[in-house]
Amino acid sequence: MASVPHDHGHDHSHDDHHPTGLMRYFTTTNHKDIGSMYMWFSFVMFISGGIMALLIRSELFQPGLQILEPERFNQLTTLHGIVMIFGAIMPAFVGFANWMLPLQLGAPDMAFARMNNWSFWLLPPAAILLIGSFFVPGGAAAGGWTLYPPLSIQAGMGMDMMIFAIHIMGASSIMGSINIITTILNMRAPGMTMMKMPMFAWTWLITAFLLIATMPVLAGAVTMLLTDRHFGTTFFNAAGGGDPVMFQHIFWFFGHPEVYIIALPAFGVVSQIIPTFSRKPLFGYVSMVYATASIAILSFIVWAHHMYTTGLPVAGQLYFMYATMLIAVPTAAKIFNWLATMWRGSITLETPMLFCLGFLFLFTMGGFTGLVLSLTPVDIQLHDTYYVVAHFHYVMVAGALFSAFAAVYYWGPKWTGWMYEEKHGKIHFWWSLIAFNITFFPQHFLGLAGMPRRIPDYNMQFTEWNQVSSIGAFAFGIAQLYFIWIVIRMIRGKSGIRAAAKPWDGAEGLEWTVPSPAPYHTFETPPIVK
Amino acid sequence: MSASSHSAPGHYFVPQPSIWPIVGSTALLILAFGAVGTMNKLSWGWPALAVGFAILFVMLFGWFGAVIKESEARLYGKNVDLSFRWSMSWFIFSEVMFFAAFFGALGFARMHSVPDLASIDSKLLWPNFGGAWPTTGPFIDSPFTPMGAWGIPALNTALLLTSGITLTIAHHAMLAGQRQKLIIWLAATILLGCVFLGFQVYEYIHAYRDLNLKLTSGIFGSTFFMLTGFHGFHVTIGVIMLTVVLVRCMRGHFDAKHHFAFEAAAWYWHFVDVVWLGLFVVVYML
Repeated sequence: MASVPHDHGHDHSHDDHHPTGLMRYFTTTNHKDIGSMYMWFSFVMFISGGIMALLIRSELFQPGLQILEPERFNQLTTLHGIVMIFGAIMPAFVGFANWMLPLQLGAPDMAFARMNNWSFWLLPPAAILLIGSFFVPGGAAAGGWTLYPPLSIQAGMGMDMMIFAIHIMGASSIMGSINIITTILNMRAPGMTMMKMPMFAWTWLITAFLLIATMPVLAGAVTMLLTDRHFGTTFFNAAGGGDPVMFQHIFWFFGHPEVYIIALPAFGVVSQIIPTFSRKPLFGYVSMVYATASIAILSFIVWAHHMYTTGLPVAGQLYFMYATMLIAVPTAAKIFNWLATMWRGSITLETPMLFCLGFLFLFTMGGFTGLVLSLTPVDIQLHDTYYVVAHFHYVMVAGALFSAFAAVYYWGPKWTGWMYEEKHGKIHFWWSLIAFNITFFPQHFLGLAGMPRRIPDYNMQFTEWNQVSSIGAFAFGIAQLYFIWIVIRMIRGKSGIRAAAKPWDGAEGLEWTVPSPAPYHTFETPPIVK
Repeated sequence: MSASSHSAPGHYFVPQPSIWPIVGSTALLILAFGAVGTMNKLSWGWPALAVGFAILFVMLFGWFGAVIKESEARLYGKNVDLSFRWSMSWFIFSEVMFFAAFFGALGFARMHSVPDLASIDSKLLWPNFGGAWPTTGPFIDSPFTPMGAWGIPALNTALLLTSGITLTIAHHAMLAGQRQKLIIWLAATILLGCVFLGFQVYEYIHAYRDLNLKLTSGIFGSTFFMLTGFHGFHVTIGVIMLTVVLVRCMRGHFDAKHHFAFEAAAWYWHFVDVVWLGLFVVVYML
């Protein structure tokens, strides 16, 4: 692939002219600046949500009430969920998309560079509303991240702040997604056909579609909550002919695709990294594209598997059970394709690859517990127990978060111009892997034994595994401070190893044809893809 | 450091750093706090709301003004035009999904929750609830008369459909380069939109004053006012978009090849038209 990474010729005298200091970041229209801001924001939110998680785990270290009021405990579980999903995981992957999509597609920037800036800068106001809600009378929203009425209708003004934060984050997601879709559809370099695109671009294309289709539905749902709370409507109030369960239907019509909004870009990252370190092209590229699309389509017709205990008719339960199990088919196609990619490859185990292997093992486990939970009769037993908590942390943390770590180690040299220190990366991986399993594996046992989620107190019999889990959680938290230390050392070049334009010998793609660190402007003249 | 360097053939226009996004974020932050404060009856609510709106309007004028200036300087090539088209299509799709949530709520309430509240399962709680639509629900005792479909709503349907035709005539006039005709038919479209909104306001007053149909009239009032209200809000946005386009037409902007803003506003207008047809059938007629 020939390319002209950065032509300093003719009329490009404007190059790095941009305001300096804070104003540079307030006003920037550069996809790299914006991508970096997304990632830093994501990390700050990750730490905030992590502190909430550790407060929860501290309270759960022993039965009885020790350090938190039950109300505060509920606020923490609620905000932990929202902050981690909307504040940490999603912005991290949007950050990767911002940095990497123009580089991977050979575009000079995102299609709408100014709107891109707004997509990012809407997030801090939302974060202020979310975190600030802890300090208003009545405290933060406390009905769980799913915001079910009637609890969410009875809550104090913290819930209003939550609702407006969701509106703002939704606007940010929709603008970001429109930007990503348009960039992918309209700004590919000449010769870069759709079926030549890197998998990361494909997964983001489909993710952006999911976001545009579902975020407005969530906005509608929380708007109904708001009018039920303040303007006397009765959408979710049986006395007025409404139904609280209706909220659950609307919410999960958003909520289930949201699971794949988080998972698909992670799949994309893994599909980039495994071929690189196996030194083989991705096995079954075309089937990967179709599997991704199938998962996205199926995600719209399975939502009520979150609602087996709400009194669905049996026919409905059966339909949602079978439809849900169907998702295992394209997901398995992906897992097997990754395995087949590694088959007889010249595998080396650098940190990004390690995180992808961790992802493969643990995400698959999370997938299997998902399959267990898709079974209606089983779910009726396990609903709202710690088994569910264990399940979705296997897919969210070991799935999405591990692949985000992999992405930082994989593309970090391209962003910073320096290699990270391999030894530290490996320690971070093994530390995270072990601490993660200490934290969440016992939660399967707790759930199977009947420990309910979202309750600050528990029966004595659950003590031991809760203590194990809490210890694991603190170990996992410290590992992530270690991670940011590694990243800062990478930025400062402490490894002393400059990153080559292509630091991974098995890597493919346009992003490796530009120097490391990538210059402020890249591909101002589109490269030709053969 | 001219931005035009980007719009040379084969290049894509990437705008210079801009303050408008951060201004917009500030506006939304203040607006959100203002709305929270107002709804919880705090003294600073209304002032914050007002300040938020003021900043938002400044931002909208500034940002759209900048875009119009760039467009008139012909910085947007063919590729940018195509990007705009993609983005407007996806934006309208997101709006469709927003309305889908409220249509879905209406469908769910009518097909499921109201019949369920009238079923044998709920007889002990609400023995006298028959479940006939329209309803306030079992526990709100404030009878209302539903809005008939064949008065103002039918007239409004005719108005919006006609406005679709006038807009298309304006579009053809633009393609043919007949500016006078374009301006007249576009103005007619805006006028029809304004009459529609006037009728909606009248209908709301009629509902509150004569029919006892209110936002608080149970699930019927909730879905009726939220659906028609959000639709009316979108018509208002459409009228504003068309008005901006009209002013630009009068200033000599646009030609047969360069008129994305006109088409975007037209697409949006047809979208609110289609939503209205859905509303007319499922809210008023059925």
